[in-house]
Amino acid sequence: MVNTDTRSDRPARRGTPIPGTSSARGVPNLATRSQEHINDNPLMPPIVDGKAVFDLDSGKYLKLWQGPQHPGITGNMSLELVVCGDEIVECKTHVGYLHRGFEKLMERRSYIQCFPIVCRIAVPEPDFNEYLFAATVEEIQGIEVPERAQWIRTLNLEMARLASFFMWMGGMAGAFGLGTQGQWTVTMRDYILDRFEELTGGRIYHMYMIPGGVRGDFPEGFTDRLRETIDTCEKTLQDVERTLFNNAVFKKRAKGLGVIHPDIVDQFGIVGPNARAAGFARDVRKDHPYLVYDQLDFEVVTHTDSDAYARAWVRLQEMYQSMDLIRQILDRMPAEGPFFTKLPNVLHWNVKPGHIYKKAECTRGEYGYYLNSDGSDKPRRIYVRGPSYTHAVSLMEHLSIGCNIADTAGLMVSLHTYPPEVER
Amino acid sequence: MSDQHTQTQISSAEVHEVFADLHTRYGVRGLEEKRADQAFVRTDRDEAVAVLTHLRDRHGYTHLAFLTAVDQIEEGRFELLYMLHNYELRHDLGVIVEIPREGDGCSMDTIHRMWPAAATYQRELREMFGIDFPGSPRLHEDFALEGWHDLPPMRKEFDTREYSERTYYARPGRTKTDTRQHMKDTIYPSEAETW
Amino acid sequence: MATADTQTRRYQEPGAPGNAAVVNPDPRTVTGPAGGTGQGDVQTVDGQLRILTEELKLANADLRSEDRGNFCDHPPEVIKPFRAFWENFLNWARSESLWILGFGTGCGAIELRPLMTSRFDMYQYGIQGRPTPRQSSVFVIGGYASVKTMKRIVRSYEQMQGPKFVLGLGSCTINGGMYWDSYNTVNRLDHYIPVDVYIAGCMPRPEALLAGFVKLKEMIKRGECEGANRYAENFEWYKANQKRIIKNWDMPDYNW
Repeated sequence: MVNTDTRSDRPARRGTPIPGTSSARGVPNLATRSQEHINDNPLMPPIVDGKAVFDLDSGKYLKLWQGPQHPGITGNMSLELVVCGDEIVECKTHVGYLHRGFEKLMERRSYIQCFPIVCRIAVPEPDFNEYLFAATVEEIQGIEVPERAQWIRTLNLEMARLASFFMWMGGMAGAFGLGTQGQWTVTMRDYILDRFEELTGGRIYHMYMIPGGVRGDFPEGFTDRLRETIDTCEKTLQDVERTLFNNAVFKKRAKGLGVIHPDIVDQFGIVGPNARAAGFARDVRKDHPYLVYDQLDFEVVTHTDSDAYARAWVRLQEMYQSMDLIRQILDRMPAEGPFFTKLPNVLHWNVKPGHIYKKAECTRGEYGYYLNSDGSDKPRRIYVRGPSYTHAVSLMEHLSIGCNIADTAGLMVSLHTYPPEVER
Repeated sequence: MSDQHTQTQISSAEVHEVFADLHTRYGVRGLEEKRADQAFVRTDRDEAVAVLTHLRDRHGYTHLAFLTAVDQIEEGRFELLYMLHNYELRHDLGVIVEIPREGDGCSMDTIHRMWPAAATYQRELREMFGIDFPGSPRLHEDFALEGWHDLPPMRKEFDTREYSERTYYARPGRTKTDTRQHMKDTIYPSEAETW
Repeated sequence: MATADTQTRRYQEPGAPGNAAVVNPDPRTVTGPAGGTGQGDVQTVDGQLRILTEELKLANADLRSEDRGNFCDHPPEVIKPFRAFWENFLNWARSESLWILGFGTGCGAIELRPLMTSRFDMYQYGIQGRPTPRQSSVFVIGGYASVKTMKRIVRSYEQMQGPKFVLGLGSCTINGGMYWDSYNTVNRLDHYIPVDVYIAGCMPRPEALLAGFVKLKEMIKRGECEGANRYAENFEWYKANQKRIIKNWDMPDYNW
């Protein structure tokens, strides 16, 4: 927050504003506000209510909007930056461009009508919404899901994780100007989406994990084709690892960028790979095993550097881990069995009163659904806890201070934020 | 299966110990144990921040998973839910605080000094429910909406469909059939008797 | 191309008795609140929505008076076509280099990524993404438009230089789709900006997008994509619709 830019010829003007100029443009007139809080160093911006205030009229600072119409932003959101030279001194995130009011819409839909809209909450990775919605309803209603359905769900979630990470990997490379890896990884993601299409009928939105199980069993020859796809993906991922993680540009720009200090991990509610790259071995799959994760072998990947490079490295390892998990699932899952338990007539389905919170580890961390039912056929309240909620808003505002404008895109992508789950 | 397999390290006795401590100090009540790794308690509005601070500093509930509100319009109150998590014990604890829906009472103390990320939740609650959090930073800035003049949309009395029909132009030709009737008459007429 | 009757400007004099400021471009399709009479909720000044002044200049009524001089007050104009051969040639040229504005307004943006990579490869059709509206000719509205995004869509669309075309992606741009009863998403995109081609589905596949682009090309070659001219002709109607939902209109009435 402290600006020590002494290169500027003009010291920050302070205390002698031209009457009327600042306030007329909506900028607080600092001279008349809280005189006692203005600090004494003429090179520092004045501090009001514990926050530095930048006088845009001084000519030293510039307000710059990054987004929503900007290629270097993750999805449809925007950053309101105040820059001094090319260094960011203040950042405000603006979200809500994708707000559709899901939580309100779900309050006026029956449970089965909620099911097709929940997956739209997080676009690149909709399956966690489906699973968590189904799981909260099942838990509150006491529905037992057949074993094979649990394995299929786990497989589905791991495939979604892999697809989402592939998309992210391309974005990470693209944010630092490396286009080739993006071409490869988006194509790999397409191959996984092909398998999704076989399994569920949809490329992006699958609507597959319905309360009570899954909508269908494997098509013929699916496992073999999935293994083949995973082999292809692994080969390409090794290429990506060689070309991206040893790339001088990527190393130079990502190392030391956006360091999350371990002390702020709990303050800001940082979860997932962002926390794991800071040395915290926290993974909902391990800590609160859901589905069949307690029967699978994997270790939580951690790193200690906690910068953009470390986060990318953690995600790369988790991609390998995810491929390994998919192979384990295909090996160990029961070959036969029901995939769906019979539900009561969903059109007359009243869910028992009560409330419950379920969470799962998505690519960004702890993804959770809180369901509050009052015993009617519609939920009273569903709250969706997306990890991007803190990563994209308060953490981004915190980390971007002192960052270079050109690195903002890289920083933002390295936090792996999806705006739709922020505003829902 | 599996969902009950949780290898939690916290036992029910430990949860009760935490609860007893909170009960003696702050009069916390209404322990609901949902799962071995999840429980909910209720507290008064005046004690809530003290309870949260105590849980964070003494009992290791350092992670604020989320903060949200549930509109209990029939009883004229909001239920604020602070979902805390303890990474050591791997335990979720939801702290429920009831506040009145209307008037000056519809406000709550801010916790952004304990968790800076909470300011975002409080901004959203102010916008979506109209709950005031005095002192929370950027509270009255738009969050998800922009230039919103109507009732806070997440309140139960706000009718989103009526608002949509009044504000946006519906494309003619969209028909609505009653799902139950349609399934009964058209899709599964043979099974209709069994419903 | 523009026909004889569309070349005449259909601005109605503000304040003339019985003249609604809202011009209905197509009375056959628009009913209900969109009709010429349904301006009850439109913010009006003296009973008239002030888009144009009496000299047919932009009123820019929502800007602060000291800011008004900074912005242009000239409303958009209908561009007349060139003579037959030249217009056909230009239409061919326009259709073969469609540059998309890189603004992912909704979830449809996720299927634009595969289009840019080798598998679906939109570059072979002369389509590529551009970062700024000034260089773009196609605006792909990627699904539902929330009110907050709508403001940016209007602004980006107006900043695009002609010839410009709009592709509505997904069912939610047609009639609201899944979010038909949401308080924050518009139901019909074509009431706010002119749309040339809709691609139905949620989510439409990349092949559907390519089919949409091919359709757009055919329409451009036939001279049917006159969205920008429609926008200029019915400028007041579009503006009235836009201002009806965008409550904090702190920008000029037309963004050059």
